[in-house]
Amino acid sequence: MAKLLEIRWHGRAGQGAKTAALVLAEAAISTGKYAQAFPEYGPERMGAPMKAYNRISDEPITVHHHVEEPDIVIVLDPTLLTVGNVKAGVPDDGIYLVNTPLSPSEMRARLGLEGSKAKVYTLDATQVSMDTIGRNIPNTPMIGALIAATGLLELDELLEDTRRKLSKKLRPEVVDKNMEAIKRAYREVAS
Amino acid sequence: MSIRVGKTGNEAVAEAMRQINPDVVAAYPITPQTEIVQIFSSFVANGKVDTEFVTVESEHSAMSATVGASAAGARAMTATSANGLAFMWEVVYIAAAMRLPIVMPVVNRALSGPLNIHCDHSDTMGARDSGWIQIFSENAQEAYDNAIQALRIAENSNVLLPVMVTMDGFIISHAMEVMEILEDEKVREFIGEYVPENPLLDVDNPVTIGPIDLQDWNFEHKRQQAEAMRNAKPVILEVAKDYAKLTGREYGLFEEYRMEDAEVAVVVLGSTAGTAKAVVDELRADGVRAGLLKIRVFRPFPAEEIAEALKDVKAVAVMDRSDSFNAVGGPVFGDVRSALYDVENGPRIVDYIYGIGGRDVTPDHIRTVYADLAKIADTGQVENLLTYLGVRE
Amino acid sequence: MSVPKDAGWKDVPKAGRILEPGCADKYETGGWRTYRPVHIEENCINCLFCWIYCPDQAILVEDGKFKGIDYAYCKGCGICAKECPGKRGNKALKMVLDEEA
Repeated sequence: MAKLLEIRWHGRAGQGAKTAALVLAEAAISTGKYAQAFPEYGPERMGAPMKAYNRISDEPITVHHHVEEPDIVIVLDPTLLTVGNVKAGVPDDGIYLVNTPLSPSEMRARLGLEGSKAKVYTLDATQVSMDTIGRNIPNTPMIGALIAATGLLELDELLEDTRRKLSKKLRPEVVDKNMEAIKRAYREVAS
Repeated sequence: MSIRVGKTGNEAVAEAMRQINPDVVAAYPITPQTEIVQIFSSFVANGKVDTEFVTVESEHSAMSATVGASAAGARAMTATSANGLAFMWEVVYIAAAMRLPIVMPVVNRALSGPLNIHCDHSDTMGARDSGWIQIFSENAQEAYDNAIQALRIAENSNVLLPVMVTMDGFIISHAMEVMEILEDEKVREFIGEYVPENPLLDVDNPVTIGPIDLQDWNFEHKRQQAEAMRNAKPVILEVAKDYAKLTGREYGLFEEYRMEDAEVAVVVLGSTAGTAKAVVDELRADGVRAGLLKIRVFRPFPAEEIAEALKDVKAVAVMDRSDSFNAVGGPVFGDVRSALYDVENGPRIVDYIYGIGGRDVTPDHIRTVYADLAKIADTGQVENLLTYLGVRE
Repeated sequence: MSVPKDAGWKDVPKAGRILEPGCADKYETGGWRTYRPVHIEENCINCLFCWIYCPDQAILVEDGKFKGIDYAYCKGCGICAKECPGKRGNKALKMVLDEEA
């Protein structure tokens, strides 16, 4: 990966978009890559639409501004599709990853991307997280789906780094459930 | 052997404070500095530091308690942002005047109002004449490195002045980046044991600190303070040299990025320098002789050194992330332009006030600055001495 | 160590610090006075209220007894005379114009 990869996360404050961006950056950094993760804060109230960003590269990253033309857009909450413009700045061949029970072709239509070169991936991350973790925490499975869709990291690298991080805060059985969520998302993401 | 990690700016500075292990920290949380205090207080609660942590009810008390602790002979630190710094105001000046080597990370945030929590430099620029040394950081790595070096600078017997180490609010404080941290022993060895001058707790040598100082002596003591600020310059460079031996990371009073043979140059502080470097690379690839001068040490102001670095450039743009509301330009512009006054046939110089209240500054913005500079370099004519960059007209 | 009044900025302690304890001794406030207290021996019961109340160090005491007034430090505030209970209503300290004393 010679090129700088830029990601935009769409979520609602409290859903873990910022955390997901941090987890992804830290995992990328632990494999020797350079990465940034940063949120765009507005009114910081639970449920408000918010964005978080990643930059990932093999080279040092010096820029410090919002990502305006993301290669990848990740939508943690499908209701955000009607609130903000998730397509803003995304190139024609951009990648979309949406948490939704819909199929990729249904989502493609929903996004108005029929006939475009864009790649659309979907995962019912809410269901995956309910089944595995027992709570609606879609951010963890969405990271699994992201690396499956992009090959950004190896699954094992992500699992190892996430396990190390979560083990500092969570009980072992909860950590295991998160691992399961990532693995299942990795398998189930559809394109 | 340093350790490569991903950390946000706030995490990086809290980590530096853990490694410094100050005797006393008195701090009050304020966005976007909050995490520094929160993370550090967890270090205190978990016994990771020996620090006496004073939970105060305001920033005025935070700085007062820090001054008291420092006068007593403790290695004392605090941290703040924007309105917190404003609320400390009178004690900020007293800390410098009393020559107390306090180190204070300041997470740059717009000073309200209208009420705003995002980054600009109006908070610390307001404190530029307070007598504190001011060191600006481009990223989390620099915030960490500067915080550690600040201890040695402040505590140097030729200096004995407090130091503010800044980083851009949210842009750096809340952004995770790759950085390297040192081992704890290395940091402790580098900063060394603190030997306070005239500590109040030295009961065998009782002293009075902070007595009334009127027209008969105040001027002499202020003159000393001015001299200490002059003395800080070589000390900052000396400390940077030692730090480079430890880390390989070299720091000066400012950083010159691709300034060799530059015809046009931007002068900037903080995180925007990183964005501007990417633009410089782009322009250089296109054959434009563009350079960048990033000011690291704003107080003391490296006037002669900046004049030397910019003397052969044709056109210079200063980027100010605050306005001084003097109806002329920003505070950095004033100082840089004044530094260039005695340069014969020196560069034309213009000011750009940008990024106010956290307004994002993109490579496109910076490209327009270099484009303006190219025109000025070509014609020798300045059309707009001051431009508000990125404001909606 | 006292600092000469005409010392330059390079030669004085930093930040106005006073490095010598008890140096208030060297600051004579006697020149501030318009009235001065005068002691009347026969009315003094040696209660030493004057010594307690004196805001400077102008009342001299020896062996628990009033010994005299150190006019080098007496600002002429009159507190000693005001507080003096005296003997049977006759004060042991009275304030007189300095120039007439």
